[in-house]
Amino acid sequence: MRSAIDIVDFSTQEIEDMIGVALDIIDNPDKYAHACDRKKLATLFFEPSTRTRLSFEAAMYELGGNVISVSSANSSSAAKGESVADTVKVVSCYADIIAMRHPKEGAALVAANNATIPVINAGDGGHCHPTQTFADLLTIYREKGTFENLTIGLCGDLKFGRTVHSLINAMCRYTGNKFVLISPNELKLPSYVKKDVLKERGIPYVQTTSLEEVMPDLDVLYMTRVQRERFFNEEDYLRLKDTYVLDMKKLARAKDDLCIMHPLPRVNEISVAVDDDPRACYFKQVLNGKYMRMALILKLLKEAGTI
Amino acid sequence: MNVDSIKTGVVIDHITAGKGMQLYELLNLGSLDVPVAIIQNVISRKMGKKDIIKIDADIPVDLNIIGYVDPGATVNIIKNEKLIEKLNIDMPERLVNVLKCYNPRCITQTEQELPHIFKLTNKEKQVYRCIYCETQAKNPEV
Repeated sequence: MRSAIDIVDFSTQEIEDMIGVALDIIDNPDKYAHACDRKKLATLFFEPSTRTRLSFEAAMYELGGNVISVSSANSSSAAKGESVADTVKVVSCYADIIAMRHPKEGAALVAANNATIPVINAGDGGHCHPTQTFADLLTIYREKGTFENLTIGLCGDLKFGRTVHSLINAMCRYTGNKFVLISPNELKLPSYVKKDVLKERGIPYVQTTSLEEVMPDLDVLYMTRVQRERFFNEEDYLRLKDTYVLDMKKLARAKDDLCIMHPLPRVNEISVAVDDDPRACYFKQVLNGKYMRMALILKLLKEAGTI
Repeated sequence: MNVDSIKTGVVIDHITAGKGMQLYELLNLGSLDVPVAIIQNVISRKMGKKDIIKIDADIPVDLNIIGYVDPGATVNIIKNEKLIEKLNIDMPERLVNVLKCYNPRCITQTEQELPHIFKLTNKEKQVYRCIYCETQAKNPEV
């Protein structure tokens, strides 16, 4: 049973095919309005998340399907100590596809190994969040028209930021891209991503602590939030949370066609004044996420023979 | 002590000097109620020094553990004082319940019945990663 656990489970061709479907959905929404009639998506969210759950639910409704939901770990059998394996075996009896978020890394793989229906990883702790990366890729494609020869700045929490790791993995597949890694020393990109992904494939990258210095070079700037829930120590979180704040002053030296992205929610990383700048793409990114989730649900249900 | 001093059993030979004890512990040989010998720092023409483990009983040994600790080791199966099989060991692609994932955020930390599975992700550098959270294995523990 095909599931979506990690971005690396999908070939470049498969991702580009899904982008093609998403673009077709944007142009011809009526064509897809009944593609999942009478099918059910179960959203199992064992960690707080409003927007990702809403995005999955909106995606399924726009495909003509229905949604059944567990909205928090406290209201589910997980609170009684049920294992992930048992939970998804039960849910497999009720739904056609699962979207699951869980605070523990690897929970999505456990779910996929035990469910009898496709499982979409909607975030497993700090590990993977493939549908966010699909949203990011569609945004880059729609804004830049290409996946090649881009200088991509990644700013903020590069240590725990799962979206950053997945985006690097995805964009490494294309030629001519360069990465600029902007973070405080405590939140640098983990060495295994640098060694196994960037160095191994000979992808050029620079590390810096200054966003201002590198701003003029960037084609894409991916801002991230320092996530309170990833820290064991509150003091470290408070010290690091406002290291980078993107404002109009910093943007003065940026390219006119810079694409500013953020997986949201933001806290202070991007000043609200930036929202009106045409280079701000983070709300478009949200919409793109819904289209890519629609494309992914279609792909997995087709491969499962459900539709 | 010579190989032919065992009637029926297993001899793990060509163990890198110093790794014999680690292998003994990971293979849980201390729990066996049979004669087991670890010979350390044996002079070897090929290796300079090596360790040898001899188990004087016909018991299965986990070749995956040996492959993980020391892929250059060899396993000799002895029956009726004769060498009946000599196995060359390679690094296993997967290790099941040999190592434990130490990442506190890993699903294996809360779901105790899950098997701890590591896969070989870089043979040249002998890197194993947890299949759930991708944390690199270190400080092997039983």
